[in-house]
Amino acid sequence: MSLIESLPRANRLRLPRADGLIPWIVPLAIILIWQVACVTGLVSARVLPAPSDVALAGWKLLLSGELARNIWVSFWRASVGFVIGGSIGFAFGLANGLSPISSKLTDTTLQMVRNIPHLALIPLVILWFGIDESAKLFLVALGVFFPIYLNTLHGIRTVDPHLIEMGRIYGMTDGELFRRVIFPGALPSIFVGVRFALGIMWLTLIVAETIAASSGLGYMAMQAREFMLIDVVVLSILIYALLGKLADSASRVLERLTLSWHPAFQKH
Amino acid sequence: MQEALRFLQPDAEPLDRADFVEQARAARHGLRAPSRGLPLTIRGLKKSYGDNEVLRGIDLHIPAGQFVAIVGRSGCGKSTLLRLIAGLETIDAGTISFGEAARPEDVRVMFQEPRLLPWARVLSNVEVGLGRDRATPDAQARADRALTEVGLDDKRGQWPAVLSGGQKQRVALARALVSHPRVLAFDEPLGALDALTRISMQRLLERVWHDQAFTAVLVTHDVAEAVALADRVLVIEDGRIAHDVHVDIPRPRRRGSADLAALEGSILSNLLESAGEPLQQ
Repeated sequence: MSLIESLPRANRLRLPRADGLIPWIVPLAIILIWQVACVTGLVSARVLPAPSDVALAGWKLLLSGELARNIWVSFWRASVGFVIGGSIGFAFGLANGLSPISSKLTDTTLQMVRNIPHLALIPLVILWFGIDESAKLFLVALGVFFPIYLNTLHGIRTVDPHLIEMGRIYGMTDGELFRRVIFPGALPSIFVGVRFALGIMWLTLIVAETIAASSGLGYMAMQAREFMLIDVVVLSILIYALLGKLADSASRVLERLTLSWHPAFQKH
Repeated sequence: MQEALRFLQPDAEPLDRADFVEQARAARHGLRAPSRGLPLTIRGLKKSYGDNEVLRGIDLHIPAGQFVAIVGRSGCGKSTLLRLIAGLETIDAGTISFGEAARPEDVRVMFQEPRLLPWARVLSNVEVGLGRDRATPDAQARADRALTEVGLDDKRGQWPAVLSGGQKQRVALARALVSHPRVLAFDEPLGALDALTRISMQRLLERVWHDQAFTAVLVTHDVAEAVALADRVLVIEDGRIAHDVHVDIPRPRRRGSADLAALEGSILSNLLESAGEPLQQ
């Protein structure tokens, strides 16, 4: 939510239910146009199946239990990889933001590693880990590490030095200074990192699953391609979109809860 | 008022009525009851940043409870002097002593920016000022009292972001006052406020100084503010005290009175003449 959106408007719509639906108008309209285009034969079913066919394919996969299993596998990989990479990134961000020695020691190395596209490591990762779970977790963790590391570091370094000086004057210990000044000050930036990381998390996972996996959404899409099941391919793509939206919404809820002091997050 | 006077002498017995009247009269004439403030003695104070010698030997004694204003052109070293008094910078040479051993809670600073924690509500921001006493059970009650003192008790649950500039500065003042400091240093605390808010803040500063009887050191670029508030105005030039002017105008002082204006004019012309720009009148 941007600052401009949050400003009170003179003639604000007093329809809370309708207000919540507005963001979905465009996606629903696209699906509607898509359906009409397919039914009228404007678009060949071999190029793009109708939304109803996609839904049907989804229903069949749901009944067979395959869909739920694949989503669960992907979700598990994504979250475990995110937690591992995110915590390491956060820890390095804290260490390098707070300690100049740690920063001198590791920052240059991390900046060099950052510039290697992590997906370029796939061949190496397959050689190391095979197409095992650990390969996917490694890639996701690596992808998630950098946005969280960089934004945590940035957040800590840009905490207003005036506030830190104030904290020292008022006799805060190092622990208190961190808890009451530095961490809350870095939090908005850390959340930016989390949202970037969520995007990279899905991207990495899907690519890894399409190339080397025996389960998961990416695998499901690749299998479907081999059997020319274009409706399942489209289904997988739509599920990515929904999962991405879900992850983003979760981080927004978290942001709202922890950043209620921030003018951009205050309710009017 | 009874409350406030008892506060002046924390160790004293409750005052009877005669004492109370006597004290009130003394206060009106500027001869206040024994102060809680600490005297401040500075000897041969020097400070430089690299090749730039900012303070070139300051000798100064401020009696307990005095309100001193420090004025000067920008870059004259007045803020550095204040930061040294507040213990925010290290001293190159010389000494600063507070008479008796001052605890960290005894010396407080208020800056031009309010420096409130945006993620803490107004009351928690004031509690920060308690220093080591933050964890005590009466911390919240003390913070509440300090907020009432600056007239913001109704804002205790607000985020700082919704307050006006003047209100933020009042919260910062409450935070500085909550530990009952004995020396309060102000670094242009009203510099960023609009003219009307400045005047009401000046009144508030004068009132809390009067009620709590701390030693006040105010750095300002506004000579009118200095003569309106202070017992004594120090003019700093080139890292030295160039003039030491006592303001003998009785309180409460009327803004815009001829006495204040005359004094302001003479200090201003001193400041300008020394820079080779005589005041045109």
